Amino acid sequence: MEEELGRCVASWCFGATGVVGAAKLSGGASQDTWTFDIVHPDGNIGAILRRAPPGYGASPARAAGLDAEATLMQLAHDAGLPSPRVMHVLQPRDELGAGFIMQRIEGETIARKILRDAQFAKARPMLARQLGKVVAGIHALPASQLPELRQMTSTKEIADLEREYRSFDWPRPVFELALRWLRDHDPGPPQEVTLVHGDFRHGNLIIGPDGVRAVLDWELAHTGDPMEDLGWICVNSWRFGEIDKPVGGFGSREELFAGYAQAGRRADPDRVMFWEVMGTLRWGVMCCGMMQRFRIGPDHSMERAMIGRRSSETEIDLLRLLASRER
Amino acid sequence: MQDEPTPTELIKAVAEFLRNDIAPMIEGHNVFKLRVGINALDLVTRQLALEPDGNAAETARLSKLLGVQGSLGELNRVLADRIAKGEIGLETPALADHLWQTTMDKLAVDQPNYASYKREVESKGG
Repeated sequence: MEEELGRCVASWCFGATGVVGAAKLSGGASQDTWTFDIVHPDGNIGAILRRAPPGYGASPARAAGLDAEATLMQLAHDAGLPSPRVMHVLQPRDELGAGFIMQRIEGETIARKILRDAQFAKARPMLARQLGKVVAGIHALPASQLPELRQMTSTKEIADLEREYRSFDWPRPVFELALRWLRDHDPGPPQEVTLVHGDFRHGNLIIGPDGVRAVLDWELAHTGDPMEDLGWICVNSWRFGEIDKPVGGFGSREELFAGYAQAGRRADPDRVMFWEVMGTLRWGVMCCGMMQRFRIGPDHSMERAMIGRRSSETEIDLLRLLASRER
Repeated sequence: MQDEPTPTELIKAVAEFLRNDIAPMIEGHNVFKLRVGINALDLVTRQLALEPDGNAAETARLSKLLGVQGSLGELNRVLADRIAKGEIGLETPALADHLWQTTMDKLAVDQPNYASYKREVESKGG
């Protein structure tokens, strides 16, 4: 791998003499992520490769595609948002598959560490506001410069979720109740359709002691209702036990909305609530999907099996949202 | 009739061995995997203990709520169908009570440490 990367890097990084320390960070069958250092006389440069290996061209139906991801990441970077700089988009002659190489940004993505470790104690109280500003910046990226993306609406999203849930053929009254609620409360098209990150939450945010350093993973980017991103980051599943701090377990909705307003955009709390319910149900349906893949798919892992048993977490959260027992 | 020890006793013995003797010996990603494995065994033990009573009570609630008899699977299908069609909803207080009880019983098996569950247990005294 280092040899292939070294050849690739030499073709666009002037002065680079090779690549060291290549290690796979994560990887499934169709996509993987590598970290490595570019050896350079001015000092090593930390880099990340995100790619579909040769032979894996097609991306799943909801995915934006790696070319679109690279374009969005670069657009965000150029707009001054916390985003890695894209250093190179892979070409066929690189023989590394499809994807891109970006600047490596140091920091933490693991929620439990961000929420508990002392080194993030100063960052935590400001994160919700910061992320409000950042996501407002994402929503302000000019439509004319965006790559081709799928356009989503709340109505389409409900139908997609329902189709997926029904495909499992396993009756879940709480999910039915949530689907019913979503259909009854569908807010319709937003005033303004914008770019939506689509997976704006822990795991896709690099956090340092100074706050948010980068937004990653544009795989689920699309255009649609900007309030979707604000609702998704409030889903209880991403609070990791800190359930009284709706934004990622570190902040309040008010702080998130204030940051959003500071960047010149107004949050719509009712729509955000709608998308929070949708997001909670979506994660629940995804957990059921993991169970299916465990049973019928190639990934017969214990971890995947156990994620199937987490869908009930979203059921209690849906009941807390829709049928609260508090007086 | 099968002999003893019971499935619960066997699983608990295996989980204890993994927790006490194996966990301290391994490192890296396998630490995480072993923890998931022990969690799975603990979950099975809880299910063996709680499922019979929970299922019986759920079946009884469903029969009363829906006014029909059937297996637990059949009754859940009927309920799901009626909710989807809008024939029953949260305006029926017994529905909310049933869904809450059923969900609490599931969490007691699946994830008794989940914060939302613990909060509901505290506020309702069990």
